[in-house]
Amino acid sequence: MDNPVFFPMRLSLQVAAVATFFIIITGVAVAYFLARRDFRGKELLDMLFTLPLVLPPTVTGYYLIIIFGRNGFVGKPLYERTGWSIMFTWYAAVLASFVVALPLMIKTARAAIESVDKNLINASYTLGHTELETAMKVILPLAKRGIIAGAVLSFARAMGEFGATLMVAGDLPGKTDTMPLAIYSLAGSGEWSGANTMVILLTAISGAFLYLANKYTRRTI
Amino acid sequence: MGLSVRLMKKVRGFTLDVAWEIGNELAVLFGCSGAGKSMTLQLIAGLAVPDKGRVHVGDRTLFDSSAGINIPPRKRSMGYVFQDLALFPHMTVKENIAYGLDRPERTRGEAGVVQMIDAFHLNKLEDKLPSEISGGQKQRAALARALIRRPDALLLDEPFSALDTHLRAEMRSLLKDTREKFNVPVILVTHDVFEARSMADTIIVYSNGRIAQTGTPSGVFDCPANSEVEGLVDAGGLFLPSQKPAF
Repeated sequence: MDNPVFFPMRLSLQVAAVATFFIIITGVAVAYFLARRDFRGKELLDMLFTLPLVLPPTVTGYYLIIIFGRNGFVGKPLYERTGWSIMFTWYAAVLASFVVALPLMIKTARAAIESVDKNLINASYTLGHTELETAMKVILPLAKRGIIAGAVLSFARAMGEFGATLMVAGDLPGKTDTMPLAIYSLAGSGEWSGANTMVILLTAISGAFLYLANKYTRRTI
Repeated sequence: MGLSVRLMKKVRGFTLDVAWEIGNELAVLFGCSGAGKSMTLQLIAGLAVPDKGRVHVGDRTLFDSSAGINIPPRKRSMGYVFQDLALFPHMTVKENIAYGLDRPERTRGEAGVVQMIDAFHLNKLEDKLPSEISGGQKQRAALARALIRRPDALLLDEPFSALDTHLRAEMRSLLKDTREKFNVPVILVTHDVFEARSMADTIIVYSNGRIAQTGTPSGVFDCPANSEVEGLVDAGGLFLPSQKPAF
């Protein structure tokens, strides 16, 4: 459990898995509305969700502190009422990974949903189906590959999350030190053999996920 | 059961302004591409909304701009066969057909699906995907899917345009049989002179978003109302330059 190599690896996988779970739910819903609905401020909303993709993760982390920190406008009332703050827990690492990796899911899923043939959607309506039934039985199944690719990319990005995680979860050994953070600490204190092992592990895991993502984006139905 | 429409819609420089009425028969909407025929079907099915007008099927009002009535497509009970057929690529032939059933029927609808599979000679193809069957078979599957919920009218948007001559003849006779068997008004969109002439009980000739002439095939083809219709019913007339809106 306290093994300096094993713990960060387990934590990274755990954080990425939980973040990806929420990314799939949120990302597909947001992508569906961006792809299928027209409303004022739609592209502005898309931009807001995409910003973490281009902002330095430290900036994204800074915003998260402003919102969820003990003096943040969500974090403060929560701390005052419950005495609990998300900061410096592994949940904060999940939150950071979620926000940073979500745009990958939204972008990929939106493109996949937009590419579903309009006639198929219209056919479903004329055959007596509601929008929800049409989404579940026609649109999402036909956009499945893009959604899977988005999920895999998000997972890989979450595995590699460093900057925003450092801002909100810190680097507490045995508590919030995910692999990228542990590598930073090990390299900083000159423990090269441990760093080497983790760098190789992280590269292999991320490479495997990228390979999977490519496989899913290239093949179409 | 008949169908009567009054439709007005402006789209990017093109204006559709038509009114017509048909009984329980096979009506052909005939004219060049871009004359507003497909748009008419979409407006009847509710897939697009007219700026003004009304759509009545039998004694049901599906759309009436002055009364603020706009029934959603899924409640209009229109069997729609799209130009590209729009079979769901991820569902088998059987699943495609069963998709047309109402929710309560879906679980105990096996008998209805089998009946449609028999009626449209799709036996042994039930478990194939649309990509694994021929053009004529897809055609029949699309018809079966549109008819399984016993729609109040069948709307066909140039459904035979992708078929070769031999298959077209077969599909024409199948469609005539189908209309008799299901006793449903059919609106067939085509720009094929022979198809219009051989299939129609009533022909409605479209030209640039208006109706140029309405009548029986012999009435329209033998006595064109004006030079415009005359140009259209000449086989060569189909290729006259026409104003083509971009949709």
